[in-house]
Amino acid sequence: MDSGAPAAGEVSGAVLPAAPSERAASDLALRLRAGSEYVAIPALALAIAAFLFSLFLLAIGKSPIDFVDNIWRGGFGSGFSFQNTLQRSAPLILTALAVAIPARIGLIMIGGEGALVLGGFASAAIATPMVGVVAPWLTLIVMASAGVAVGALWIGLAGFLRYARGVNETISSLLLTYIGVAIMNFFVEGSLRDLSNPNKPSTRPIGEAYMVGKIPGTDVHWGFLAGLILAVGLQILMTRTTFGFAARVTGGNMRAALAQGLPVGKLIVACAMIAGACAGLAGFYEVAAIQGRANASLAAGYGFTGILVSFLARHNPLAIVPVAILFGGLVAAGGLIQRRMGLPDATVLVLQGLIFVVLLTSETLYGRFAIFKTAASKDRT
Amino acid sequence: MASVEFTRRTLLRSSAAGAAGLAFGFGGVRRALAGDLTIGIVYVGARDDFGWNQAHAVAMDALKQVAGVKVVEEENVPETDACAKTMESMINLDGAGLILATSFGYYTPFVVDVAKKYPKVEFRHAAPLWNKDKDPKNAGSYFGYLNQAHYIDGVAAGLCTKSNKIGFVAAKPIASVLSNINSVLLGARKTNPNATVQVIFTGDWSLPVREAEAANALVDAGCDVVTCHVDGPKVVIETAEKRGVKTCGHNASQAPLAPKGFITGAEYKWETIYKQYAAELGKGQPLPNMLAGGYEGDMVRNTPFGAGASDEAKKAALAAIEDLKAKKPIYVGPLKDNKTGKIVIDKAYDNLDPYLDQMDYLLEGVIGSIT
Repeated sequence: MDSGAPAAGEVSGAVLPAAPSERAASDLALRLRAGSEYVAIPALALAIAAFLFSLFLLAIGKSPIDFVDNIWRGGFGSGFSFQNTLQRSAPLILTALAVAIPARIGLIMIGGEGALVLGGFASAAIATPMVGVVAPWLTLIVMASAGVAVGALWIGLAGFLRYARGVNETISSLLLTYIGVAIMNFFVEGSLRDLSNPNKPSTRPIGEAYMVGKIPGTDVHWGFLAGLILAVGLQILMTRTTFGFAARVTGGNMRAALAQGLPVGKLIVACAMIAGACAGLAGFYEVAAIQGRANASLAAGYGFTGILVSFLARHNPLAIVPVAILFGGLVAAGGLIQRRMGLPDATVLVLQGLIFVVLLTSETLYGRFAIFKTAASKDRT
Repeated sequence: MASVEFTRRTLLRSSAAGAAGLAFGFGGVRRALAGDLTIGIVYVGARDDFGWNQAHAVAMDALKQVAGVKVVEEENVPETDACAKTMESMINLDGAGLILATSFGYYTPFVVDVAKKYPKVEFRHAAPLWNKDKDPKNAGSYFGYLNQAHYIDGVAAGLCTKSNKIGFVAAKPIASVLSNINSVLLGARKTNPNATVQVIFTGDWSLPVREAEAANALVDAGCDVVTCHVDGPKVVIETAEKRGVKTCGHNASQAPLAPKGFITGAEYKWETIYKQYAAELGKGQPLPNMLAGGYEGDMVRNTPFGAGASDEAKKAALAAIEDLKAKKPIYVGPLKDNKTGKIVIDKAYDNLDPYLDQMDYLLEGVIGSIT
């Protein structure tokens, strides 16, 4: 996994051309050497977090080896476990992308949860009059479009407020999440409520025939594949297109971008809308692949876990996939750890917290080890 | 890697075989008859929440004592596909033969789907949702009619209030919550015709800050007995105790939280159901698909009286419990709803009548509104 793309703020890749002869000879070696820093440092951080967590386990009298064994068994060790992990990582990939894309343009958007909830709600609401009237495939396309559009508008609103009114996007996107959940509850407990279900306010179920199934041969729903495709597509968009270049320039220095005549406002709103679309799509899959209706269970915290995943992946769309799978695996194995080791549910949260803190601390290590430096990057530092 | 994995598996397999051999050796004939059974139980919140989940967890402790039964538990499982995956994980990795899914929202689609996928495993869900025409035969429901125990709360509270105002902190205006509120009113009216119940809805199952605000607001409004229907009643009971008013509990025993003002509380008696399941599985009989009841079926109870209960209240409550065991109806018409004055209960309804499960009104005498 080469996660060698630069973090938000750096404009160029690590391979600015040095002397022509050197470039020709060892371009790939240089890339590998510079890129390996982005693998080695997170790996070191994970090892340190694992060590600290082992101390924690020993302090409460549990065996770290049992712990690792159960994580392996519950999250990765068998076909069932790994599919369990992949299924749990599916919404995380999408919600992490919803954080990563705005981060590349220098915005910290943390409102994915709200876009997910409203996107899912919009999918379910628009499907209600179509069920039994319109063909399932068409209904699903309309549902997905509605989820994506509503999600895009929701986070796009935070982007627009940022650009047009200077409203802090972190605060506004977070607050919009609460408004989004409240809007869903308002309709789900009011005019769109399924009256045949007196005890859990939900919209009417869309029914088995209108659900997107599993990926054939697996127990994982299509949202996982959608996440993979989007991660690759967005990586290409952000690193290989003029749009991505302009966005990264804006993220690096907005005033310089303005001076260059880049359409900063449009870029900001566009990145925010892409983010919202990803989260809205996650909401669509929660409704169309899992719940079959919209209700309060849509607000399950995927949007917030996505923030962690994106930061750990250093906002690199490709790196988000393995990090999301790691998180999915930890959550999938969390149950086994409760059951086999008698540890409380919060144990996995302690581990996640440790990983997060250590990885963020490790950010300061980049550029400090001579071994990763190439002749080209030495010139720059 | 592969060789490590292989040895680890072999080791585990052999040690499991050893353990099984040991267990068989000690357990003897009873174990052989019962057949070892692993029961997986899924909780939506923490096992020590002083509420719904704790009530189940305490009852599971009784099951753990049954020979040949192994219990695996998982807490804080949300009502998403996480619950389906948890149940499958219990089946695939722990070999569970009976799954108890204890949160309302687990049922559709998760319990139904997983039950279809694993026809040899039994599933029971803690809400009266199983439909014999639509749902798989290896699924089912069990439930306690807690409103009967809340009725007893009302009977005792009616004699403990001086202001004639009983406060009720409620989560969502859904049928089971409304039935508890109405039952408190009817209980209180039995012993105190002037009693009213003032209700505040917080809007969700677990909002501790809003629950504390609601409890304070009710005390400020003159309520001198406070009860609730939220997932974890801890905050409501503690806040009311601090304000010096009396309390009635919900779901599990909150007596330790209110040493001065606790009257009694509505509790489930899940162990009646769980022990019946264990006994029937032990005999190799099929489990009933639907198992529900109140006092007449020994499936609910009231917390032992606290310091807040007067002797008079204790006497009235105990007498009312006997009435419920004899199936004396709580809902006897004509009763009007508190909004339109329309008659919603026209006659005497049996305490388990399905008509009462569809309740979408508050009775006259309750102060508060659903919308």
